[in-house]
Amino acid sequence: MNPVNYLYLAALLFTIGATGVLIRRNAIVVFMCIELMLNACNLAFVTFSRMHGNLDGQIIAFFTMVVAAAEVVVGLAIIVSLFRSRHSASVDDASLMKL
Amino acid sequence: MSFPLLTATAALPAIGAIATAAVPAARRTAAKWLALLVSLATLALAVVVLVRFDPDGDRYQLTESHSWIKDFGVRYELGVDGIAVALIALTALLIPFVILAGWHDADPLETHSSRWRPTQGFFALILAVEAMVIISFEATDVFLFYIFFEAMLIPLYFLIGGFGDRAHAGSDEHAAAQRSYAAVKFLLYNLVGGLIMLAAVIGLYVVAGNFSLQEIAEARANGSLDMATNTERWLFLGFFFAFAVKAPLWPLHTWLPNAMGEATAPVAVLITAVVDKVGTFAMLRFCLGLFPEASKWATPAILVLATISIIYGALLAVGQRDIKRLVAYASISHFGFIIMGIFAMTSQGQSGATLYMVNHGISTAALMLVAGFLISRRGSRLIADYGGVQKVAPVLAGTFLIGSLATLSLPGLAPFVSEFLVLVGTFSRYPAIGIIATFGIVLAALYTLVLYQRTMTGPVRPEVSAMPDLRVRELAVIAPLIALLIFLGVYPKPLTDIVNPAVKQTMSDVQKKDPQPEVEAVK
Amino acid sequence: MENLIALLVAAPLLGAAVLLCGGRRLDAVGHWIGTALASASFVIGAILFADMLGKDEEHRAVGQHLFSWIPVEGFQADIGFQLDQLSMTFVLLITGVGSLIHVYSIGYMEHDERRRRFFGYLNLFLAAMLLLVLADNYLLLYVGWEGVGLASYLLIGFWQHKPSAATAAKKAFLVNRVGDMGLSIAIMLMFTTFGTFAFGPVLEATGETGEGKLTAIGLMLLLAACGKSAQVPLQSWLGDAMEGPTPVSALIHAATMVTAGVYLIVRSGEIFNAAPDAQLVTTVVGAVTLLFGAIVGCAKDDIKKALAGSTMSQIGYMILAAGLGPIGYVFAIMHLVTHGFFKAGLFLGAGSVMHGMNDEVDMRKYGGLRKYMPVTFVTFGLGYLAIIGFPGLSGFFSKDKIIEAAFAKGGTEGWILGGVALLGAAITAFYMTRVMLMTFFGEERWRNQPTPSPAESDVEPAAEHRGTHAEPHPHESPKSMTIPMIVLAFGSVFAGGFFGIGDRFLHWLEPVTEHAHGHSPLSATTVTLSTMVVLVIGVGLAYLQYGRRPVPVVAPRGSLLTRAARRDLLQDDFNHVVLVRGGEHLTRSLVYVDHTLVDGVVNGTAASMGGLSGRLRKLQNGYARSYAVSMFGGAAILIAATLLMRAV
Repeated sequence: MNPVNYLYLAALLFTIGATGVLIRRNAIVVFMCIELMLNACNLAFVTFSRMHGNLDGQIIAFFTMVVAAAEVVVGLAIIVSLFRSRHSASVDDASLMKL
Repeated sequence: MSFPLLTATAALPAIGAIATAAVPAARRTAAKWLALLVSLATLALAVVVLVRFDPDGDRYQLTESHSWIKDFGVRYELGVDGIAVALIALTALLIPFVILAGWHDADPLETHSSRWRPTQGFFALILAVEAMVIISFEATDVFLFYIFFEAMLIPLYFLIGGFGDRAHAGSDEHAAAQRSYAAVKFLLYNLVGGLIMLAAVIGLYVVAGNFSLQEIAEARANGSLDMATNTERWLFLGFFFAFAVKAPLWPLHTWLPNAMGEATAPVAVLITAVVDKVGTFAMLRFCLGLFPEASKWATPAILVLATISIIYGALLAVGQRDIKRLVAYASISHFGFIIMGIFAMTSQGQSGATLYMVNHGISTAALMLVAGFLISRRGSRLIADYGGVQKVAPVLAGTFLIGSLATLSLPGLAPFVSEFLVLVGTFSRYPAIGIIATFGIVLAALYTLVLYQRTMTGPVRPEVSAMPDLRVRELAVIAPLIALLIFLGVYPKPLTDIVNPAVKQTMSDVQKKDPQPEVEAVK
Repeated sequence: MENLIALLVAAPLLGAAVLLCGGRRLDAVGHWIGTALASASFVIGAILFADMLGKDEEHRAVGQHLFSWIPVEGFQADIGFQLDQLSMTFVLLITGVGSLIHVYSIGYMEHDERRRRFFGYLNLFLAAMLLLVLADNYLLLYVGWEGVGLASYLLIGFWQHKPSAATAAKKAFLVNRVGDMGLSIAIMLMFTTFGTFAFGPVLEATGETGEGKLTAIGLMLLLAACGKSAQVPLQSWLGDAMEGPTPVSALIHAATMVTAGVYLIVRSGEIFNAAPDAQLVTTVVGAVTLLFGAIVGCAKDDIKKALAGSTMSQIGYMILAAGLGPIGYVFAIMHLVTHGFFKAGLFLGAGSVMHGMNDEVDMRKYGGLRKYMPVTFVTFGLGYLAIIGFPGLSGFFSKDKIIEAAFAKGGTEGWILGGVALLGAAITAFYMTRVMLMTFFGEERWRNQPTPSPAESDVEPAAEHRGTHAEPHPHESPKSMTIPMIVLAFGSVFAGGFFGIGDRFLHWLEPVTEHAHGHSPLSATTVTLSTMVVLVIGVGLAYLQYGRRPVPVVAPRGSLLTRAARRDLLQDDFNHVVLVRGGEHLTRSLVYVDHTLVDGVVNGTAASMGGLSGRLRKLQNGYARSYAVSMFGGAAILIAATLLMRAV
């Protein structure tokens, strides 16, 4: 199969993820969409690795997974503590990220 | 490898600063003595530098060179020429007096908690400034210079904003607001200058491939480094702007009166007598050394600005009501003379400018420190609050008069030598500008004598009638400065001997020769 | 022998240093130290003089090089002295009159608690003045030039607690600084023209440059001379300078410092000789000042200010003579020396009168004092006869020669200058007779005086300082004051004859200043006779006005000219309106400009930055999704830009 198709899939997944981040309010969903975008990137990396015949892309994909795992841990912790203090998981309810 | 004398001279006050800061809160007096001893030890090292320096030897002496940031070609390169030696000596000389004059300026008020340690901080910051100023005079690597040129803003910011003059007309809150305004203004002006200089430093690296003053100057002289005319001019302007803010040159001067007015007198001396000299020094070393063609290109404009500074600063000094702001505007006028001497591109002008830096440092220190003693007695900076002081405190009035006379460049005192050299040097190339600048000497007499008349003469005002005369500590600060003013006014040869060869080198950098006298030119 | 020259300067300088740094410990002996060192300087001067007389004319000029002062490439300034006949004349005058006035001051300043400091300043003045006349280059002369200005500043303002004295001192220094500016420009011009500013090389090389340069140098030197010698247009400080103690007025503002301008011009003779335009201006300045000072002198009721007007006028004669070139140089210096004797004597006499009159200076409150102060009367009278040019006395010989030389200038100029000089002689006779009559003759107007109100005490020097305002008891002054007066009176009587008869002074000075005999359209006898005639007219008019009629205690309103002359011919009003007021407005508006415009631009930039960031701040609203939009938007723009760049 033509590897370019995987790239189309990756672009599609990324777009879905991005759209989700922008339009959904629920923090958990936003979070999942971010994961989707990361995985879309991973897919693209692996595809490029295959296309160019070297392993750099795969290595980066591993890195991304590690970072994503770490991010999940931190992110979920934030969401949980946010939910505890505000009784809501909506991202629009928290606007304290400014001076 | 020989003993790194230059590093030691700069490192000693830096270590001293840390040590002073670490003195426990209760041992305030110990901190003062420690700071004084360190500054005296630095002075001793500076004297060693002065002795080891051979005026007729290589251009840069006592050099040290180590690789620092290899990838960018940044090196830790130190070296001094005659001009730098003179200014290092001035710095090391003035700091003990600054410390001694500010002995009680940072004593904690009763309202402060016992853990508060302003005294330690004050003296540590002064030593930190000294260390950075000295290394700025020593650095022959542009990047190294830039770092310390900028870094010295930090301790100065705290010195201005944190330890203001306690003699303030307004309420405490008002005083604090004024002080922080002055400190922020000082910082912003100099940061903007520094930012533009940083751009020029990077630009220089892109063009030249390294930061070494000597290498670049050599490459430019033998033609292996060709700079496009426009590139050179832009880089020159970038450097010059930063130095002109620090010097300060009209119209970039307005931070100085605020800073000098709000800071304590010793800190004001530190700013105008020591730190600002880095600006004029850097014009001589970096502007002329790295960009000779652009310097010549900009000369007419700079001379006009310098002339405006001279006249404008003097006129504004006449109109001031605050003693310290008056001295600040007088300094602006004097910096006009220094810059004029540098860019007149004659031996007399440049030697005069270097001497002027030293002499202005001493004379302003004398005048400003006595003014500080006066202000601390009455608790006011306004000229109108004084009158008849000479009757109750004749020694104070006498030293104040000598400081004033030095400021108006009376022959026989050191500033006359340098001012006349600058005027002659300028006049021999640009007669019209020389003559206009000469008006500055009349205005100088006006503002200093009006100040003296209003504060010291006339009937004794009741508020000053109980004013004590100078104390022993204060006399110990002033007497050596006055002795030095007289000595350098009568016998400046030791200083000119050191400075002249360096000026000769600078003149050959810009490929200029002194104008011939008319009679010899005819022959 | 030459090595003694430096000692001439060093002795009084040491005195000044010891007295000013010594502190109160020396209060008891300070005046003795000061007087001893001044006299020591005079003794050294006399030794050098004797040595000089023993040599031939060609070898009389000696020099002493001390050390290199400011060496910078082509600019080589040295500390070196030159003692020739001209300097020698000044050295003897300065140290001689100076020592006498030190002695006089011991008595005059007896009750002043700051007497030690007064002597310190006097010694400082002597040192600076000697440096001025002994320097062998213009830059060192400049040091002495400003040094005497400083001493004059300190001494005029000696009674600093009086605002009028402090103001007068400041004014004197400032006006002098304007003149000093001329001197420094002249030195700079010399440096660019000749490459040096030492007397010898500059004066020898005058032939090698154009007249334009020399005229410029000459005019700048003249400006300097105008400042120091109180010549129009820089004369306004001298009248106010009378605020200083009287010995100061006698020494500095009559006998020595104010004549420094004449010295400068005569010393620079070669420059002026080669610049006829500068000479012409010099003679005009001299002639105008001569009349100006004389007219002011006629109107003043303050005895010291009347004498100050006279000083101005007499120096006008000297400057006029110096401007005449080689025909006048010698006579300028000769008049300078004789003037030094009689004017110092007159001032000391005035001081003695004030001393006996509770420091009253208004001549309208004097009268009939000859009975009470015989010595003062006789010495003052001899000085009076000398200054008006009474035959046989000093002023007769020196002033007559100047008038003769002025006629000898030739052409219309000669007639005008000679006429002015003659007219000046008449006015001199008038105002001096007026002073004499109002002070020593007539009724005793000081009796039954109402006590002056405190407001008036401002105009009377030292009144506040010394004493009470009760009716004065005129008395003769102590010996320390009368002896110097007697010595100076001797000088006033005999110096002129000694110098003039047989042209002794001319032969002494000729090797230095050159001398040319002018061809006067009038014979010497005619000039002398006409001088006698105007002298008699002047004295007669004064007698009719002040001798025959009683002098009113309160000054009459007087004519327009009198009123203008009382106010220094409105010069001060002009200065006040144009310079002082104008300057105040200028500085005030500049302070405003600096605050609003120069600072305003910067503060405005800062404010607009603040406004801009306030607006940008709104973008940062804290909503995660809005940040996400800007991130995606930014990324999209970057990608688009990259693609676009690639496409191009």
